[in-house]
Amino acid sequence: MTDNTSVLRTRGLRKDFGKATGLVHAVDGVDLDVAPGETVAIMGPSGCGKSTLLHLLGGLERPTDGEIRLAGRRVDQMGEKALARLRREAVGFVFQAFHLMDELTAVENVELPALLAGRSRRAARAQATDLLERVGLADRAGFLPSALSGGQRQRVAVARALSNEPLVVLADEPTGNLDSAATLDVLQLFDSLRRAGQTLVIITHDSRIAATADRLISMRDGAFVDETKTMGGTRGNLGAFAQLEG
Amino acid sequence: MGRILLILRLTVRDLRRRPAEAVLMLLVIGVATTTLTIGLALYGVTDKPYQQTRAATAGPDVVASLQAGPGQSAAPVGVNALIHASGVTGHSGPYPLASTMIRARGRTAYVMAEGRDLAPAAVDQPKPTRGSWVRDGGVVIERSFADALGVHVGDQVTLGGRSFRVIGMAVTAGLPAYPGGLCSMGCASIPASWLHSSTSPTPGLVWLTKPAARSLATSAGSLSYLLNLKLANPAEAQAFVIAHSSDSPAAPILSPWQRILDVDNLVVENAQDAMQVGGWLFGLLAVAGVAVLVGRRMVEQTRRVGLLKAVGGTPGLVASVLLAEHLVLALAAAAIGLVAGWLAAPPFASTGAGLIGTPGAPSLTVSTVVIIAAVALAVALAATLVPAIRAARTSTVNALADAARPPRRRAWLIAISARLPVPMLLGLRLAARRPRRAVLNALSIAVTVTGIATILANYSYLARHFSSGVDDPRIDRINQMMVMITVMLVVLAAINMISITWATMLDARRSSALARALGATPEQVSAGLSAAQVLPALPGTIVGIPAGIYLCDVLRHGALTIPPLGWLLLVLLGTPLVVAGLTFIPSRLGARRPVAEILQSELV
Repeated sequence: MTDNTSVLRTRGLRKDFGKATGLVHAVDGVDLDVAPGETVAIMGPSGCGKSTLLHLLGGLERPTDGEIRLAGRRVDQMGEKALARLRREAVGFVFQAFHLMDELTAVENVELPALLAGRSRRAARAQATDLLERVGLADRAGFLPSALSGGQRQRVAVARALSNEPLVVLADEPTGNLDSAATLDVLQLFDSLRRAGQTLVIITHDSRIAATADRLISMRDGAFVDETKTMGGTRGNLGAFAQLEG
Repeated sequence: MGRILLILRLTVRDLRRRPAEAVLMLLVIGVATTTLTIGLALYGVTDKPYQQTRAATAGPDVVASLQAGPGQSAAPVGVNALIHASGVTGHSGPYPLASTMIRARGRTAYVMAEGRDLAPAAVDQPKPTRGSWVRDGGVVIERSFADALGVHVGDQVTLGGRSFRVIGMAVTAGLPAYPGGLCSMGCASIPASWLHSSTSPTPGLVWLTKPAARSLATSAGSLSYLLNLKLANPAEAQAFVIAHSSDSPAAPILSPWQRILDVDNLVVENAQDAMQVGGWLFGLLAVAGVAVLVGRRMVEQTRRVGLLKAVGGTPGLVASVLLAEHLVLALAAAAIGLVAGWLAAPPFASTGAGLIGTPGAPSLTVSTVVIIAAVALAVALAATLVPAIRAARTSTVNALADAARPPRRRAWLIAISARLPVPMLLGLRLAARRPRRAVLNALSIAVTVTGIATILANYSYLARHFSSGVDDPRIDRINQMMVMITVMLVVLAAINMISITWATMLDARRSSALARALGATPEQVSAGLSAAQVLPALPGTIVGIPAGIYLCDVLRHGALTIPPLGWLLLVLLGTPLVVAGLTFIPSRLGARRPVAEILQSELV
């Protein structure tokens, strides 16, 4: 994959924690290229550095060394303000723990990134309503997170991640806190995003989710150890997963 | 017994783990109890100096102020009836009392000039503390008035346009010392122009020879007489006054010696009022400060509460541990306040130069101890009870998971905030999440601004009424106290503000991290945290300004004074700026915590 075709690209990416004998290479020389519209799943055991990598890609952490480019722009050299702007305009996050604001309704959670980006309340609300409809929660717009199921909360989180039409959505164990039915629900949502051309990077340790991606990368001790092209989407393992659940 | 021991053990361990918090609590409650102790300890401190002065000057039991007869040299009306009244064993006077003006060392003041005999009087013989008693061409000045004028023995002064040499300074128990208000005793001859003048209408007292005093009277109306009476039983002075008073305009105005003592007491009573009002303001601030400390602790200690409950602690035990810790600290703060207040009271108990002798030791009665302990316990209880009950009721599972208390939802505030710039959006939503904390914040600011507005109104009052007068020791002292109280209020409010910001920052760490993950800059998050403190400070400021003006009105016994608009605007605009400045560092620290670390910790 070349520079011109990558929406997200890293070279020699490294992140260390601790010092001297306590030094840990959480991410150790990762090279990654993600094409526009591609879904990449990164798998690996707990503590292998998957989440740290995702945080580096989204500008939530600064690398110790290496290079990150998003749409051609160097992320690793950006200041805090520029990183914040990048997260507003180019990145959408989906977290395992959903991280919805407890006191805000579904629609208020979804419109928050647009408000932070300075859009008018009316425009933000209209877009949030559309996004909730897109994730199938139009009828739950006025519900607080506490009144939603796990799967519904994660769909609200996905809608929020899409609020500012990001170049890439970074999902960290998006089904880690969900039961099987809710997992299927969220997988179908990701599949629809993939088909709509949304670029996705999904961190997971669930092989069934990984099987829905266009490409599967295995990670161990902070480094990529294997890469596989998969069938992806409902044509692949998701279909089998759905049948199993059914 | 075992349960009490367990509570005590847990309490002691918790206090050891949190020494800074314990010290802060001791400080905020201790300041309130110290100030209140000073206020309470000043009761009756003037009694001893007055009695000493009374003994040294053969002080009268009753003083009669009499009007002059039809002619300027005619004898006053009603003298014979009084000196021959039942129970009267001695008298001196009547002495002429003329109202005039004194000029000394470039200062001008109103003065009552009492004409006295050269020979000592059997009743009310003022005692010279410097120089000598009256003689021709000389004037003796009441000591506290001389201090206020800044004159010394040997100086030349002008009385009614005539020059006199200061030959002595003296004290008396027969008239209130400056600036106690001679005219509260019925010196009937104050010219109306005095009351509308920019010079202090409170006259001082000087003694001259009788002819000299009479010669100073510009008209019959500006001359009155004082008659001093000695009774067989001084304790019956009040009854004597009641028995011989009349509503007739020409009747003598009688004052018992207890009335003179009361007026002299005003010097200390003003200080007492200021300290007691300050004490209550500090008490309110302490409630806000302790409540914030307790709230912050609850945020940090949710898991410990869960552990206590998980190992068999009942809700009652959980609440008892929290309450016991703060009640112990409150009692310690009460003890500190009592000792500190008792030690600090003597300078405030000074009765000034108008009396001889030293004030008695400030009283530390059982009732004072009980009041101070009760106030300290009430502060701790008011601040701790709700969080303690809330902790006792917390679900064990939620507490073990260290789940934050669900924030409050204010739909209308969320809707309004969506129309505001990002820092205000974040700030308003943060403030709305914890309304109780916002109220404490507003209360803290309101109390502080009340103190500031009181002192501004007071200065404004002084500038309006005493701009060209002589020094007033009573006003000087109350001003010093008000400045001291205001500085302490500001310091305590600053501590409260930083505590509140820190608590907000801890409580909002997840939502702040999330806002940053969604694209808010650290500056926006930091400004939002500051805005969450500034927003409640605004109503606090708006309430505090009129409250301070009203408080000054009460302290000045009805002299309502509005400070200049510029000063008020400075307070109105300056307070939010100061709050923003105080919250800047904690907010910046809060906004700089790594986002990923906070969001990941939610999974642990």
